[in-house]
Amino acid sequence: MRSLIWLFVPAVLFAQVNVPYERIRDADKEPGNWLTYSRNYTGQRYSPLDQINTGNVGKLHVAWVHQASELDDLETSPIVVDGTMFITEPPNIVKALHAGSGRVLWRYQKDIPGDVHLLCCGKVNRGVAILGNTVYYGSIDAHLIALDARTGALRWDVTMADYKIGYSSTGAPLAIKDKIIIGMAGGEFGVRGFIDAYDAKTGKRAWRFNTIPAKGEPGNETWVGESWKTGSATSWVTGVYEPETNTLYWGTGNPGPDWNGDVRGGDNLYSDSLIALDPDTGSRKWHFQYTPHDQNDWDSTQTPILANGTVQGQPRKMVVLANRNGFYYALDRTNGKFIAGQPYVKQTWASGLDESGRPMRLPNTAPSVGGTLLWPSLAGGSNWYSSTYSPKTELYYVNAKELGAIYHKGEAEYKAGTPFNGGGQQDYKGEEPYGAVRALEVATGQLRWEYKLHSPSHAGLMTTAGGLVFGSNGSSFFALDAQKGDLLWRFEGGGNINANPISFMNDNKQYVVISSGHALFVFALD
Amino acid sequence: MLCVVSAVASLAAVPETRVKLPNSRADLANGEKLFEVHCGRCHGPKGEGARGPMLAQAKLARAPDDAALLKIIEEGIRGTEMPGAGAMTEHEVRQTAAYVRSLGKVPVTPIPGDPARGAEIYRGKGNCSTCHSIHGDSGVSAPDLADIGSRRSAAYLRESLVDPEASVPDSYLLVKVVTRNSQNFTGVRVNEDSFSIQIRDDSGRSYSFWKTDIAQIDKQRGKSPMPSYKGRLSDDELTNLVAYLASLKEGK
Repeated sequence: MRSLIWLFVPAVLFAQVNVPYERIRDADKEPGNWLTYSRNYTGQRYSPLDQINTGNVGKLHVAWVHQASELDDLETSPIVVDGTMFITEPPNIVKALHAGSGRVLWRYQKDIPGDVHLLCCGKVNRGVAILGNTVYYGSIDAHLIALDARTGALRWDVTMADYKIGYSSTGAPLAIKDKIIIGMAGGEFGVRGFIDAYDAKTGKRAWRFNTIPAKGEPGNETWVGESWKTGSATSWVTGVYEPETNTLYWGTGNPGPDWNGDVRGGDNLYSDSLIALDPDTGSRKWHFQYTPHDQNDWDSTQTPILANGTVQGQPRKMVVLANRNGFYYALDRTNGKFIAGQPYVKQTWASGLDESGRPMRLPNTAPSVGGTLLWPSLAGGSNWYSSTYSPKTELYYVNAKELGAIYHKGEAEYKAGTPFNGGGQQDYKGEEPYGAVRALEVATGQLRWEYKLHSPSHAGLMTTAGGLVFGSNGSSFFALDAQKGDLLWRFEGGGNINANPISFMNDNKQYVVISSGHALFVFALD
Repeated sequence: MLCVVSAVASLAAVPETRVKLPNSRADLANGEKLFEVHCGRCHGPKGEGARGPMLAQAKLARAPDDAALLKIIEEGIRGTEMPGAGAMTEHEVRQTAAYVRSLGKVPVTPIPGDPARGAEIYRGKGNCSTCHSIHGDSGVSAPDLADIGSRRSAAYLRESLVDPEASVPDSYLLVKVVTRNSQNFTGVRVNEDSFSIQIRDDSGRSYSFWKTDIAQIDKQRGKSPMPSYKGRLSDDELTNLVAYLASLKEGK
């Protein structure tokens, strides 16, 4: 019943926004708020709210809409604290909105230099973190910025890296204890990846974990010559955290250059990996590499999910994800050891995973000058957007893409401040692409049900205690029955959806949120 | 990275006023190789034109100068089937552009036939305007042909007249819908998602159906309602009609 206290206390008591670490750690005690990127630290993107449920979701309608002012993709995953919603918008805007009405409370815009042009995918941003009464976000020119959550006033602004050689920041930071953890982007420009932690009060950098080991460090031998210096392995999506063991889990991106592996022989650690870190020091506990020597741009940056399950009669603490490379993986999160895995979409590059979880690559699957046809495409079986896990159904849900591509190998000469791709791909249309929401058994990746979609989606999922899976396809937002996969509700948003849904409570009313096109749609029952 | 690869190449488009294309023998050889892989499928391996227009000509209407040519290769042409070159570096784009320009230095055979006579066949014996329009002047059940001469080669146009189903455009799909209350509709698909489909019939009227209201959808992939003109038109008449269609270019 403690959770109800948070739900029913009048919002006026919370006029001073204040979210100490303990509130985020214990986020399940206040299900009406959405305090961190995936609601709580598990990455499950599961809402314990059930006012909207399988019985009434058909009556869901728009409560309010917020229009963004710029035209890049709106990928924000809002944070909601005691009646205030915090969002980011392209090109570099943070806003606080009143969560019940959508009215703007404050707006912050950072002027970015005119020569910020080394971006793979537009001036996108996936949201803020909150800690205490400060809001944090990573800017497109690779700064970490702290704002007063009450007014939007700038508290501090620190440079993470140099945008002129391709660094940027697009993912939402993660607040843990007294630190702000944040990743970076730029995997198409020959950067060297890292995960950073900053002192939340001062903005002083507490540690940096380089996702590519330097000469002399273990792992550096997985790069030929000096290739490690431009090997990418970025960190552009938010990771997850386990307070009990004080472990931070964060995914990394493709090795660079993306499609020409000739210049970077070896496994290329820690690209396309999941890395377990001590968030106090940034020291590595373990790593697991999903795609050694990737040549298909299959970043593994997506938010992993901490879930518990039973494997061969034994309870296991797992970290799971449906990787961009087409395989679902369950790892033991205490040590990074492989438990189980199998394809969850069509894939034609590996004959399977060996006992350690390493893919058994088939011959003639590398990109070539004339083109190599492979499944999945570079967009992957899934991508950066969130999958979800429902503790109620004990299923993992992924918005899967069925799409192949013709991969080309091209020149790969590093020149600072220019693209470093070594090729590219064309989507293959010979076999009709499609999408599907798939429900998988969490310990094995075995398919339980699927809901087919006309085209591959590029948007995340959320489960709720109301027995629902919310997801998107093209410009449609919809709700499925989490047990059976039946369609229960849909809404035409009028613009492509490239975002994750969230849910929150305001004045005893549950809301569901998604960005479509350049607008944020907020839904409720009457 | 995210999925928008073509955006990467466009980054390379640093503003410039004058462009110099690389022109060494090695550059042109590499440009030729790149052209065959990335461009040849539509423009023909030697730029002779196929589904895409012929590039072996001294003047390219959409690329009056080299800067414009680079921009087209990098970004594609919006509203057409021409994609941007997501898989090439800035240097490779330049090599490809240099090769494209070199194609224009080879003398080309003019398209045979009499466009004026072809226009008569288009309006008369061929009955083309029942379904096709030029700048929306008549039928809408088939693609508008206002700039077909900039989009397709003469060889492709001839093939389409003789064997319309040899290459139906990706965007063109004939659909038959039977609703749950047994009504039949036939038309061109204009949009579709997981939950609904929109079609336009011969008369130009558009319909939208929820998939839950549809008993049967028959998507006639690779099918075309266009009749073959083989035997209907003489060889000379076909040649004249192709000459007319090839003369339909942007801005005319």
